[in-house]
Amino acid sequence: MLYSEKVMDHFTHPRNVGTIEDADGVGEVGNAKCGDIMKIFLKIKDGIIDDVKFSTFGCGSAIASSSMATEMIKGKPVSEALELTNKAVVEALDGLPAHKIHCSVLAEEAVKAAVKDYYDKNGIAYDPELFKDKHDCEHCGE
Amino acid sequence: MNTIYADNAATTKISKTALAAMLPCFEENYGNPSSLHTVGQNAAEALFNARRTVAECLGCDPKEIIFTGGGSEADNQALLTGAELGARKGKKHIISDAIEHHAVLHSLKRLEKLGYEVTLLPVNGEGFVDPEDVRKAIRPDTALVTIMMANNEIGTIEPIKEIAEICHEKGVLFHTDAVQAVGHIPVNVKEIGCDMLSLAGHKFHGPKGVGALYARKGLLVSTLIEGGAQERGKRAGTENIPGIVGMAAALKEATDNLEANMAKITKLRDRLIEGLSVIPHSILNGPRDKRLPGNVNMCFEGIEGESLLLLLDQKGICASSGSACTSGSLDPSHVLLAIGRIHDVAHGSLRLSLCESNTEEEIETIIKAVPEVVDYLRRISPVWQDLQEGKRTYVIQ
Ligand SMILES: Cc1ncc(COP(=O)(O)O)c(C=O)c1O
Repeated sequence: MLYSEKVMDHFTHPRNVGTIEDADGVGEVGNAKCGDIMKIFLKIKDGIIDDVKFSTFGCGSAIASSSMATEMIKGKPVSEALELTNKAVVEALDGLPAHKIHCSVLAEEAVKAAVKDYYDKNGIAYDPELFKDKHDCEHCGE
Repeated sequence: MNTIYADNAATTKISKTALAAMLPCFEENYGNPSSLHTVGQNAAEALFNARRTVAECLGCDPKEIIFTGGGSEADNQALLTGAELGARKGKKHIISDAIEHHAVLHSLKRLEKLGYEVTLLPVNGEGFVDPEDVRKAIRPDTALVTIMMANNEIGTIEPIKEIAEICHEKGVLFHTDAVQAVGHIPVNVKEIGCDMLSLAGHKFHGPKGVGALYARKGLLVSTLIEGGAQERGKRAGTENIPGIVGMAAALKEATDNLEANMAKITKLRDRLIEGLSVIPHSILNGPRDKRLPGNVNMCFEGIEGESLLLLLDQKGICASSGSACTSGSLDPSHVLLAIGRIHDVAHGSLRLSLCESNTEEEIETIIKAVPEVVDYLRRISPVWQDLQEGKRTYVIQ
């Protein structure tokens, strides 16, 4: 099997799929040219991620990574969501094939992009270092 | 859950006839054809008969058949042969096209490193090479033209007879990779007029890891594998007798049933194309006619192919995709890009390849399953949302 049972579970039964109309923060990363785009919607109440939804265009591991990432940040303080790493997503999924690691990086970045959007919209100050691009893809850079 | 195998362009199930022909080569007729004793000579006879069978099916002399370890090896050997024969006359230019199999394209890359110059002709939107482009590309220093007979991804059947004629007119060697064609459409090397042709057993219900190179009599074939004098010194190594015998049996069976199989599979294919074409924003890749009987290849906008494959697999349907994710590279299929599909769309491709054992019932199951999966993936796709909301424009109408 290419993927772990966990990956297949999150791929075939993704958690938190959908959109949030009045989201407090929306993050979209990736590029259709590369074959994956992730979009994450956050509803934030008192600094806590009250609700989170995602939509993803991509392979099985991209969908599973988004699903897992949303599950890992739901109900957590925003500051904690920012600490989510792609490594933690990979571990929670019981591993990803080497050439699919970038999917977990995208998930981390989508969460961060959504938080950044929330900060920007609400005039909350932050350290730009927190939001530096991690994944490198020759197409996305275009 | 019944498995529906619709990935016959990747490989096929071995036929009962081929398997039955192979088994004695393991159990009783296990000799080495180079041995002079009876056990060895029985194996030599099996090899002789297999070669005769393959030659009959292709319309050539048994001496013109070299057994190889598969389609890739035959392609490698053909290209090396063309290159080395050219180099003797100071000719170091090779012509091919953009949608060849990697067995050809990567061999060409190697030849480029060795100082050869390669012209890769473009194909049109349906994957056809224009024979006039071949004519125009031929130079005084052209050593070889290699154009596939049928494309493995989109099923386009190339006008190789015309191309072979042009090559002969100009005195240039012509090779064709017929790995996807042999056993599926009529292939007669003399009618085609090719100098070399590659085939692989596992694409027509024979075993894997065995193939053949047809090389016209009088052509000095280069060796890839040095060693013993097997295959008239052109391919060393103790022959894969079970494989060769199985491939010959499978080829004979496919050739004997060619017309009936073609009619049956074409009907299934056309029904499948018709059934899937109702999916909005979908497009057929490759031509409607002059297409391999079993090949269906479509792109669905707004989704990615690997997830499509995995979900179809969950429903018991085995297919393939030209998405980058399935190839492990960054780019989607070079074939889809060459026919003008942009990256975004090429990622959403699906190939279904049929054989004579697929049933009408299976086709209807696929026709029901694919739209469900496409619809599901579109519902969770931000690209599809953008398309629907007009934030992105449809590429496929
Ligand atoms: C057109 C074409 N050429 C060459 C090959 C390589 O054949 P094999 O896998 O037997 O080496 C294939 C099969 O994948 C093919 O479809």
